[in-house]
Amino acid sequence: MADAGNKESAPIGGDEFTNTELENNKNNTMVEEGSTLLRRMEISVAEAEKRTGKNTVNMQEIFTVYLIETRPIDAITEGHNPAPDSLWRRYSEFEILRNYLLVTYPFIVVPPLPEKRAEFVWHKLSADNMDPDFVERRRIGLENFLLRVASHSVLSNDKILYHFLTEEHRWKEVVYETGFQAKADSRIKALSATFRVKNPDKRFTEMKHYSDELQSLTSQLLRVRARVADRVYGVYKVHGNYGRVFSEWSALEKEMGDGLQSAGHHMDAYAASVDDILEEEERYADQLKEYLFYAEALRAVCRKHELTQYELETASSDLISKKQQREELATGMVRTFSFKGMTNKLFGQETPEQREAKLSLLEEQIVQGEETVTEKTVECEEYVKGAWVDMQRFKEQKDRDLREALIGYAVMQISMCKKGIQVWTNAKECFHKM
Amino acid sequence: MSRTIDAVVSPTQTNTIPADISGQMLDLDEDDDLEVFSKDSTLADGNMFNASMQTSPGSMVNQCKFEEDEEGDSKDIFITVDNPESHVTAIETFITYRVLTKTTRSEFDNSEYEVRRRYQDFLWLKGKLEEAHSTLIVHPLPEKFVVKGMVERFNGDFIATRRKALHKFLNRIADHPILSCSEDFKVFLSAQAWELTTYKKQGPGFLSRMGETVRAVANSVRGVKNRPEEFTAIQEYVEDFSNKISCLDKVTQRIVKEQKEYLEELKEYGPTYTLWSGSEEELAEQLKGVAGCIERCCKETEEQVGHLSDTLVPVLHEYVLCAETLKAVLRRRDNIQAEFEAKNETLATKKVDRDAESSDLGFVWGSLLGKNPEEARHQRQERLDGEIEELKEEIDKLEDRVEWANNALKGDWGRWQRSMRGDLKSAFFSTAEKNVDYYEKCLAVWETFLLSQRTEPSEETDRDNTP
Repeated sequence: MADAGNKESAPIGGDEFTNTELENNKNNTMVEEGSTLLRRMEISVAEAEKRTGKNTVNMQEIFTVYLIETRPIDAITEGHNPAPDSLWRRYSEFEILRNYLLVTYPFIVVPPLPEKRAEFVWHKLSADNMDPDFVERRRIGLENFLLRVASHSVLSNDKILYHFLTEEHRWKEVVYETGFQAKADSRIKALSATFRVKNPDKRFTEMKHYSDELQSLTSQLLRVRARVADRVYGVYKVHGNYGRVFSEWSALEKEMGDGLQSAGHHMDAYAASVDDILEEEERYADQLKEYLFYAEALRAVCRKHELTQYELETASSDLISKKQQREELATGMVRTFSFKGMTNKLFGQETPEQREAKLSLLEEQIVQGEETVTEKTVECEEYVKGAWVDMQRFKEQKDRDLREALIGYAVMQISMCKKGIQVWTNAKECFHKM
Repeated sequence: MSRTIDAVVSPTQTNTIPADISGQMLDLDEDDDLEVFSKDSTLADGNMFNASMQTSPGSMVNQCKFEEDEEGDSKDIFITVDNPESHVTAIETFITYRVLTKTTRSEFDNSEYEVRRRYQDFLWLKGKLEEAHSTLIVHPLPEKFVVKGMVERFNGDFIATRRKALHKFLNRIADHPILSCSEDFKVFLSAQAWELTTYKKQGPGFLSRMGETVRAVANSVRGVKNRPEEFTAIQEYVEDFSNKISCLDKVTQRIVKEQKEYLEELKEYGPTYTLWSGSEEELAEQLKGVAGCIERCCKETEEQVGHLSDTLVPVLHEYVLCAETLKAVLRRRDNIQAEFEAKNETLATKKVDRDAESSDLGFVWGSLLGKNPEEARHQRQERLDGEIEELKEEIDKLEDRVEWANNALKGDWGRWQRSMRGDLKSAFFSTAEKNVDYYEKCLAVWETFLLSQRTEPSEETDRDNTP
């Protein structure tokens, strides 16, 4: 087991963060200054396996587990080649980890997990979670998630994360002990609550707006892309019929026979080539999906800010009204209209003892209120600081990643065109020789 | 006893019917069909036909001679079908096409003719040619009405497709050494509308044509007994070929359909990138770039589908019709042979009758009528002899007819096969070529985009290096 090292609790804001480069391919991970976990530990999700077990309602179920392998970097760079430590985790455990991170670091745009169920599915693509292609893409997605988290300057220092990677069996107990579950529930409620902030931070409002747009734009793009993929599949596969008929026809023709036969083979090859082409494109779709889900995380950060701001505003206005009440009581003067004031006027004032009691209660409340306001103000400020930094980091990461994804898409299209050129050039030759 | 028919026709036949004519035909210059096929001229390896005609009027084969021509282009008749126009009368609306003929053949009075013909006229011509040359292979006409796909008769695409097919039809006849000498063909090309109407009214009357039909039906019911092996082989081939070509026709139409649906989706795909670019700053350019690429690929796809529809689909369809024509030709040949066989059987029966020792019935009849049995028998024999002689004459004619039909078909069969191979090879080649072109163009589009992206990384590294 690798040495746990000194793990401080994660700082909330305040530090200067340098941008870290996040790559899907672990071999190319470039990590800059900062003690991110990935700098010290090589992480991969190496394999997937099927398991059977009993679920929560004691029914037999089949599920997939993923092998997480870790190795200390220093051992590798020193020239040793240690065997990796490893443990098996299933998707639901990743979900627990992510929920914990969401709750613990609400100001961070937490990397998303690969989709729970296959969406944006086109005709041939399986929606079955057990389908090997789906499992493989999920494995890559999970690895990507871990790499992103482990290279994040804030998230990577988390103890729970470290346990997740290193302690197979006790991990669940430990994470539940943090009490994050309760916070998770209230978080969900808060995210969907409606409230109005009096002085919204324009930057956060814009960012939230952007996150909505990003969500709807990427999901629309993914939907249309899936339909296009479906059509491409159809066109290619129908050409397979040429292969069959040419082959049968070639048996009839003496002179054209050979040409037809070979042309038929090329048509078969053409039809078969679409499977790989579309499988590769599915990776591109996964890259887009990651940012579809990222948009949700971004939105959550903005919403949390609104909530924090709202709480601050509420605490502030509470304090103000309490102070006003104290003043009224103390001076006997009614500054503003109040029901109490009216009833006092109508029904007479209280006894001095009652007033004293009320006043001291108010003083207590005011003191508390001031503490609360101070806390909330600090909370808000720190939140804004931390969140803004992380949102900037996210923005740059997004621009880089998506740019790369688009380039990758162009490369895929080029490869597809080249394959097409080759097949049809060959077919052309065959027809020529007919 | 029926005479067996020589399956092999020796070139030394003394009759005026030529032997297998396919050996005397050469490459056909397909220039006239350039608008249908690609302009690829690399297909010159002996699959096409060229026949140059000596001029001579009147009936068919006897008069036409063939010349070896190694220069290639020695066509002396050029026909185009174009300019469809709509005509509205009280009773109907129909389309006429302009048929333009330029020729140096001496059986034509002029060297240029311009007439207008409607589809019915083409049908008439085809019918006449098939009537006169029942075992020659006449190129099919486009169908009367395409029900599948609900194509309207006066729809622009439908008319364009039909026009091309009519053009091909006439040119194929013009290229045929025998058919192009047909008087009906000449009249079709040269007569004015009213002249043609008059001309059509001539010819065997309705009743005699009915008689032919009845006989044909009777013969086809009887069936042919001793079909030569080679024609059975041809028939089997035609069956199989018909199946294959129908399959290819369907597959190709399916491909066109799928491509069109792909195009529809693609048209919606590009705009999603453009839309997204509106919300992005750094990424906007790349997103627009991708959108642009997709749009350009859309245009290429549209062109590719168009090419498929214009080039491959019509040719495959034509050969589906050809297969039907071939089946009909084989049937007609069978009928001719069946008629001959029937007559032979009748002859055999009559001979048996004549050679039989006096039948009891005849003897009884004769004695009832008070005839001398010897005399009765003699009379009967004379009568039968007469009938037998008549039959023999008829049979001779029928035998010639069978031989002529077989030779014509055999000759045309080789010719048709070469034509078929040439047409289909050309169409598939052109399609493959267009597909290569399509992918090359799309490749260029994406490579240009990629190139524009590669020049930007220098900005990236600068940003990364700032602390």
